[in-house]
Amino acid sequence: MAAPDPRPAIDAVWRMESAGLIAGLTRMVRDVGLAEDLAQDALVAALERWPVSGIPEHPGAWLMATAKHRAIDWLRRDRLLDRKHQELGARLEAGASEAQDPEEGEIGDNLLRLMFMTCHPVLPAEGRVALTLRLLGGLTTDEIARAFLVPEATVAQRIVRAKKTLAEEKVPFEVPRGAELNARLSSVLEVLYLIFNEGYAATSGDDWVRPALCEDALRLGRVLSELAPQEPEVQGLVSLMELQASRLGARIGPSGEPILLLDQNRSRWDHLLIRRGLAALERAARLGGRGPYVLQASIAACHARAKAAAETDWPRIVALYDDLAERLPTPVVELNRAVAVSMAAGPAAGLELVDRLVTEPSLRNYPLLPSVRADFLKKLGRTDEAREEFRRAALLTRNARERELLLSRAAACGREGPPDPGSEG
Amino acid sequence: MKFMMLVIPKGYEQAKPGTLPDPKMVENMMKYNESLQKAGVLLALDGLHPPSMGARVSFSGGKPRVTDGPFAEAKEVLGGYWMIQVKSKAEAVEWASRAPMSDNEIIEIRQVQDFSDFPPETQKHLGDFKDKQSPPRK
Repeated sequence: MAAPDPRPAIDAVWRMESAGLIAGLTRMVRDVGLAEDLAQDALVAALERWPVSGIPEHPGAWLMATAKHRAIDWLRRDRLLDRKHQELGARLEAGASEAQDPEEGEIGDNLLRLMFMTCHPVLPAEGRVALTLRLLGGLTTDEIARAFLVPEATVAQRIVRAKKTLAEEKVPFEVPRGAELNARLSSVLEVLYLIFNEGYAATSGDDWVRPALCEDALRLGRVLSELAPQEPEVQGLVSLMELQASRLGARIGPSGEPILLLDQNRSRWDHLLIRRGLAALERAARLGGRGPYVLQASIAACHARAKAAAETDWPRIVALYDDLAERLPTPVVELNRAVAVSMAAGPAAGLELVDRLVTEPSLRNYPLLPSVRADFLKKLGRTDEAREEFRRAALLTRNARERELLLSRAAACGREGPPDPGSEG
Repeated sequence: MKFMMLVIPKGYEQAKPGTLPDPKMVENMMKYNESLQKAGVLLALDGLHPPSMGARVSFSGGKPRVTDGPFAEAKEVLGGYWMIQVKSKAEAVEWASRAPMSDNEIIEIRQVQDFSDFPPETQKHLGDFKDKQSPPRK
């Protein structure tokens, strides 16, 4: 048999199997940290063996069997004194020779159990988010830190603490049922949307977007929508992500520069994803959803339906933001509402709302605040102030592409000098 | 990355009008479709009626010529497709390898062209075309 480079195929198998593998192992050893280590050991073994032996017929089962053997070794070496671990060892040995693929449904269930475990309320909100991003989203600690505007060491500590808490509290590896399911879904949804946003507008680095991260989040969202088809907020989030992802290709110019929504070539929007997004929104509407994700998806749908930027239904978007601000009264929502208001009622009305946010502590280092303010000021002809605000935003962003855009917008405000007498007000 | 997995079923080029896959095949296919959907990679799929219900329009000397199916000269014909979104061609290959196909059947994997694959001048023409397609509105 001809032997092409096996690495891409092994990577592909890993991509398809790893989350389910970690989830399956967590189910056995009841420790996500250990499960992650065992899965990694199995990958190392695959990288040694498969280039010689070829990829086995059931690669997922092979990886699982290998990881189980490692688990047994680990238990023998370190833990066999303890009766509970003896039982675990016996269970693993009994199952280690299984060669068939686990049932598709079982893999899905385990993945979701893992999602719910890492999002368990016993953990503080930041811990849930950080651990889920790490184990299911594959983000680095640094990326999580940037997404949350906190130091990397803080996030690393949150992950360590979260793993420890899960072990200490003996958090069950299960999908919650009934009312508890709904209560715990919102935390899972928050995590998925965070992964998506890190891909949609990267908080740092040289790339304005990281489409792969959006695809990861969408993939997990679609997986979740299969488990909870009756939950409107799951459909709402999937709709929101499909609709926003439809614009990914239009968000960057030929040299990687960001292109803002209203300047995008709408012919570059992905109409297959728009159709999927609108279909998910219709499912949410049929389920009677009016939650934050359904509202945000409805706003995204207003943009998706507008043939041209000038045809955008801004009054409807403002009305949806009003609803959203009621259910989710955060400064970031308020900032976005201000943008919608400025489009519907003029930049002065938007500026009035944004000026109230200037003292908001959580927005102190948020580049979008000065850049939105700059945009309003520029439209009002207050170009000196606008330039200052664009520059301030450029200093705050950690994304190189966004910084270039902001600096060019600052430069477009003209040179420093005496203000144009006609432009004040 | 988006890929089309194009199904080329054995003997479909000779299938009689109205031929449908047998129930066992449909059952296996549904399981496979579900696995694609549960993994979050499936974007769209369709099955195609046999060529005996279709037609070919061929061009010669600037003129179209219509031939009703089946097409004697065709050795491989399409039976349907999946559109999937995955990380790499290798992942698409791995998914295709898991499809419930019979001996001598083929799945051809083709990456979907992206706007950015084209040079700027061509992108402009593509844009002009797509601008005329109305997105869904309410």
